[in-house]
Amino acid sequence: MTAITNYFKSLILIELFRGLVLTGKYFFRKKITVQYPEEKTPMSPRFRGLHAQRRYPNGEERCIACKLCEAVCPALAITIDSEERDDGTRRTTRYDIDLTKCIFCGFCEESCPVDAIVETRHFEYHGENRDDLYMTKEKLLAVGDKMEKQIAADRAADAPFR
Amino acid sequence: MVNIEIDGKQLEVIEGAMVIEAADDAGIYIPRFCYHKKLSIAANCRMCLIDVEKVGKALPACATPVTDGMKISTRSEKAIEAQKSVMEFLLINHPLDCPICDQGGECELQDIAMGYGSDVSIYSEQKRVVESKNFGPLISGDMTRCIHCTRCVRFGEEVAGIKELGSTGRGEHMEIGTYVQLSLSSEMSGNVIDLCPVGALTAKPSRFTARAWEMVQHKSIAPHDCMGSNILLHTFRNQVVRVVPKENEEINETWLTDRDRFSYEGLNSDERLTVPMVKTDGQWQEVDWDTALQKAVGGISKLLSEQGGEQLGAIASPNMTVEELFLLQKMMRSVGSGNVDHRIGQIDFTDQDDEPVFPWLGQSIQDLENNDAVLLVGCNARHDQPIAGHRIRKAELAGARIMAVNPVDYDFNFSLAAKKIVSPAKLLQELGGILKALAATSNITLPTGLVALVINITVDDAHEKIARELNEASNTSVILGLDAFAHPRFADLRAIANQIAVLSSSKLCYLSNGSNSVGAALSGAVPHRGPAGDALVLKGKSVADMFADKLAGYILLGVEAELDCVASAAASEALKQAQFVVSMSAFCNEQVKEYADVLLPVAPFSETSGTFVNAEGRWQSFEGAVAPLGETRPGWKVLRVLGNLFECTGFDYVTSREILDEVQTLTANTPLNNDMPWRCPASLVIDAQGFESIIDRPIYAGDCLVRRAGSLQDVAQKHQFAIRVNQNVATHAGLAEGEQAMAKKNNVELTLPVVIDERVPDDGVLVPSYLSHGSTTGEVTLSRV
Repeated sequence: MTAITNYFKSLILIELFRGLVLTGKYFFRKKITVQYPEEKTPMSPRFRGLHAQRRYPNGEERCIACKLCEAVCPALAITIDSEERDDGTRRTTRYDIDLTKCIFCGFCEESCPVDAIVETRHFEYHGENRDDLYMTKEKLLAVGDKMEKQIAADRAADAPFR
Repeated sequence: MVNIEIDGKQLEVIEGAMVIEAADDAGIYIPRFCYHKKLSIAANCRMCLIDVEKVGKALPACATPVTDGMKISTRSEKAIEAQKSVMEFLLINHPLDCPICDQGGECELQDIAMGYGSDVSIYSEQKRVVESKNFGPLISGDMTRCIHCTRCVRFGEEVAGIKELGSTGRGEHMEIGTYVQLSLSSEMSGNVIDLCPVGALTAKPSRFTARAWEMVQHKSIAPHDCMGSNILLHTFRNQVVRVVPKENEEINETWLTDRDRFSYEGLNSDERLTVPMVKTDGQWQEVDWDTALQKAVGGISKLLSEQGGEQLGAIASPNMTVEELFLLQKMMRSVGSGNVDHRIGQIDFTDQDDEPVFPWLGQSIQDLENNDAVLLVGCNARHDQPIAGHRIRKAELAGARIMAVNPVDYDFNFSLAAKKIVSPAKLLQELGGILKALAATSNITLPTGLVALVINITVDDAHEKIARELNEASNTSVILGLDAFAHPRFADLRAIANQIAVLSSSKLCYLSNGSNSVGAALSGAVPHRGPAGDALVLKGKSVADMFADKLAGYILLGVEAELDCVASAAASEALKQAQFVVSMSAFCNEQVKEYADVLLPVAPFSETSGTFVNAEGRWQSFEGAVAPLGETRPGWKVLRVLGNLFECTGFDYVTSREILDEVQTLTANTPLNNDMPWRCPASLVIDAQGFESIIDRPIYAGDCLVRRAGSLQDVAQKHQFAIRVNQNVATHAGLAEGEQAMAKKNNVELTLPVVIDERVPDDGVLVPSYLSHGSTTGEVTLSRV
């Protein structure tokens, strides 16, 4: 009996029309597709994108080489070398993040006692070879210098929830 | 024994023990800061407060003796309340700078705050700030972090024996510091780093290099003195970045000497030899191992075939491992030369056939502190073997009489009951005086020949005192130190010292040179005996004869002859005239490059597996902690390959363990015995006119590793190489402090600044070993430059 019903159903193309109804419904709905890169989706201030190293307003780098981010990093993407700088403070001589290893979990930012390492909203970076995705201290500080305004605003916006 | 109960656990403990000791023994942890099992009880941190039944207040566990039926709770509401309050109090003034503190991650305050503190602080007032203090090149002091546990202060008073640190001010104004702005000078000062429960005192050389959780810990053995202190090497990215003591109650307890702690800096020095090098036409070239080994073997073979085995000598440092020393002597004897020696701190070898198989301490290191009287002969235990010095100090504190017959009035950290400070030429006379006094007090007849020798010696009060103390006390030792070994008439000195020991029923003890003199003697790296003292091997020349006879070729193992050997002038002369010199070492300097023809980089102790035998005859093996630097290879592997290239048999070892097994099988029945037959000295008089040279051994110049440890060298700045004389001698010779002077002896000259040093006797000049040329003493002439 079922076989006969199915035979007639296929004969009058009922499946096809059902499908077209669904298509038609979405055809007239409000479009959600974003025309990237001309258009962009809204973004949370907590977005975890490209990393940056921040500085204090007087230009002094924030990082004190405590190595907590290195310790907490689940992907082992961070490598730090530290030393005593001439003025007696504890500083990094190397601060590397391998973006090909990074899983953007944000633990580094979470663990940082001085808000030095942060993840910015910037995610549209690319590299033409692997080296480009190996962030050194200089590169990270450069990102920080460039985006400081937004980084600071984002931290301020998120502060009440911390 | 009394019965107590801690946290519901029934315990039987020794009467008079403190609660914290009982709890530690039972494995119940009570938090503490000021209590340390090796220091006196201060009870000032109050962290160990416990709840004792029927006692109103919480009591400090470290200062509460156990009583029968005591019921203690460490985790009751009252105890927890007390611990939380104390923790909050301690944290009031402690800065929250853990991220930049080197102690972070291994900090007792951090751990205990986590375990016993509360999570938030209600304190919002100002915190106290204390100025950081400069304690010298080894210890960095961030005194704001100090919680006033006074462990460091008590360490200085009770263990190091120098009251360098102390507290000033009271209450919140209390500060720990040196009373005068001084760097810490104790040879064990580094221990305050381990003792400090917070980050107030941390190691300066390793400051900010690595975090506690990043380092990998490897067990090892300290490579500088014959104590064989147990150490832990902390490595970070294939580099040793820190050394801390490994507790061993029988050797170093919980302590470590600064030399053992900070010498690791030398491992990463620029002077490390990392590639094999050969000299062709006077030019040094870096080559691969094959080329270097071929050149070494070619050169030595040529020499052997042309001039015979007699003309080849091997000199090894007593800091090399048993395995390396055993292979070296095996190789040398296989190629037909018996000239192999490690006794670079000695110049007189006349009694070597009678000497004990190895220079034993005569007792265990722990037993040193049970002595009732000790006579130090040419021994500066405090600087040369600080762990032994510490044990002797403990004996002295327990009432033992320590006496010394030394060429320099060394500043010991224990008081001497009697001392005789004379230049080396008079040492024999002084020992003769003691012997004479000993014979007189105990009515013993002296052995044949000796009566005539001591007949003209006048016995003074000091001699009598020493003789009396040695005779009356029941557990006594006569300790021969490095100055005795370096004495130009060591054989006679030893015979007399041995006689003193025999007559006073004391133990004759040796504090030998380097970390492995005992192992070297056992493995046969001596010219007159084979492994385990086997007398039937090919005999050769002692290190003194090897230099005096100016051989055609030398093999150096881990030794910088011109600096390490007592007869350094003779050594450098002999090496410079040699046709072919192979130096196997972890380091290289300009002098070595001048006389060597092949340089083979051999791994230092941290990069190879091996064994050291300490003064008490304890075999201690260790593994390499890091991979050998560059092209460096473990010494035993290099010697194995050399043995194979010389086509010697029995060089098929796969692991260093196999070599060790062979040595241990050979030496299994070697007794611990320092007895020697009586050998009468020809005379006790050494002809000496004018000023005599006394060998200066600065504390941080003993071997090639410590000489390259930057921070230790900074400490040693004030004890730089110099011509040291006392004021009388200086006036007599017309010298003044600080000016350059030339010391000349047997045609060897040395120009150095003058330092006035009242420790030097009236007829002596304390100079680097460079002047101790040959085997006789000679007059030193001093002149202004």
